[in-house]
Amino acid sequence: MAEPTGTIKADVKNLDFHYSSGHHALKDLNMPIAENRVTALIGPSGCGKSTFLRCFNRMHDLYPGNRYEGEILLHPDNVNILSRNVDPIEVRMRISMVFQKPNPFPKSIYENVAYGLRVRGMSKRSQMDEKVEKALQGAALWDEVKDRLSQLATNLSGGQQQRLCIARALATDPEIMLFDEPTSALDPIATAKIEELVLDLRERYTIIIVTHNMQQAARVSDWTAFLYMGNLIEFDETGKIFTNPANKQTEEYITGRFG
Amino acid sequence: MTAEDLKEIRALISRHKLWDYLFATLGLLAMLAGILVLLALFINLFMEGAPRLTTDFFTSFTSRRPERAGILAAWAGTTLVMFVTASVAVPLGVAAAVYLEEYASKNAITALIEINVTNLAGVPSIVYGLLGLSLFVYKMDLGQSILTAGLTLALLILPVVIVATREAIRAIPGSIREAAYALGATKWQMVSDHVLPYSSAGILTGVIIGLSRAIGETAPLIVVGALTFIAFLPQSPISPEFPYVSFAWLKEPFTVMPIQMFNWTSRPEEAFQVNAAAAGVVLLIMTLTMNAVAIYLRYRIRKNIKW
Repeated sequence: MAEPTGTIKADVKNLDFHYSSGHHALKDLNMPIAENRVTALIGPSGCGKSTFLRCFNRMHDLYPGNRYEGEILLHPDNVNILSRNVDPIEVRMRISMVFQKPNPFPKSIYENVAYGLRVRGMSKRSQMDEKVEKALQGAALWDEVKDRLSQLATNLSGGQQQRLCIARALATDPEIMLFDEPTSALDPIATAKIEELVLDLRERYTIIIVTHNMQQAARVSDWTAFLYMGNLIEFDETGKIFTNPANKQTEEYITGRFG
Repeated sequence: MTAEDLKEIRALISRHKLWDYLFATLGLLAMLAGILVLLALFINLFMEGAPRLTTDFFTSFTSRRPERAGILAAWAGTTLVMFVTASVAVPLGVAAAVYLEEYASKNAITALIEINVTNLAGVPSIVYGLLGLSLFVYKMDLGQSILTAGLTLALLILPVVIVATREAIRAIPGSIREAAYALGATKWQMVSDHVLPYSSAGILTGVIIGLSRAIGETAPLIVVGALTFIAFLPQSPISPEFPYVSFAWLKEPFTVMPIQMFNWTSRPEEAFQVNAAAAGVVLLIMTLTMNAVAIYLRYRIRKNIKW
């Protein structure tokens, strides 16, 4: 397996994850996350790709009984974000997430984007206005909503809602952005817009994206990890994985023979 | 498909549809039974009580002479008792529900508490009266007062408020909670910024259902010592001197609408029955107004909440 050459943003080391049910969902994962690159996680349903993604912002801590082993080291400060001594809220302030189904709050468009800022204690209106506008522009939504920021976010179309969720996730300048199958609930046109956006965001953010759409992984990512039954089968440059995979299982999956 | 087959299918469908009509008719009749009885009751009450529904009726105390008796003490008492009940039951009930839903770990003890809270809603109201008498009147020495009555009724409707609030909180999708947490919110930020605002319509419904029950309660208030004949008002909650509000009224004796009605119906004179009917109309209108306000507010809030 090749190693990324640029800066490394995070290192996953011997990561194991057990659900409270006892299900051993992730088994000894090891891989780097390259800075300002898109890393795609692919694999059949139930392979653990979403479970893996949700380790990065300690989402599993919300439900009692789940257990992590191993480390995810966040650089440059080398903090193991899975450590019991690290507050999951601190991790979530550094690493943001976009979910599978758009989940805007039933509040105004403005308040949705501003919520992360409010949680961080920002209250000055002018400062907030600026950040909200920047985030909406970053999510390619500003032109569509600039005249109706006070309207309900839930009245937007599905694709707009998902871009709003992206704006909400990037308003706070996260170090890593997590995308959990962000287009699985969207039509092809909205999907294309989100993919374009991910490519844009890559210049400023480190992105990890879970997708079950192989073409999407090939289009947007620089690095791809193929997971199967909780194991990391192959991790390599996306081009390599999709043209010349080293592992037979990977090849069978990407050519559509199983999964 | 042949013409024969088609005919068969059509016959089948019309046979099945027969049940639709049958049930629709049955349902309509069932609904009318409820509504018509209520309407008849209200009209009957109104016809009987209408001659007494004058301004004097609202501004006079009760009297031995039926034509001079009014409901001033009763409606003032009902309003003040309801105010105490709501100010105690709403914060306590909502806090308990939020704790059970969002904070408490799910184990055998919380399961036991949950079952008990639900069961408390079915405890006869007179039992709450006895509890109020021994706890508030004797143990805490609050007297046979508005405060005691309000607290007793608050206990009575607490389970209703808790259950309704929990249902409303549960209706909020997990994805909304995760969205807030993923942005770095603490549990309390998630609760105060999202859970409470989004469940406010459901909470309000529960509160009104509870208050509508409390406003008609008679038995527990007789047990804690409501008066049946009272010819003065409690001290005003507004005072002319600083700090402009007074809580002396909390410790005063009182009566409420249903007790006044009960008192009048137990009198032998025919004219008092008319008074009781008029008071019944007023009590019904109070309840219906409360419900109307709740429906309006719920509609206003729900319009802005969807997932």
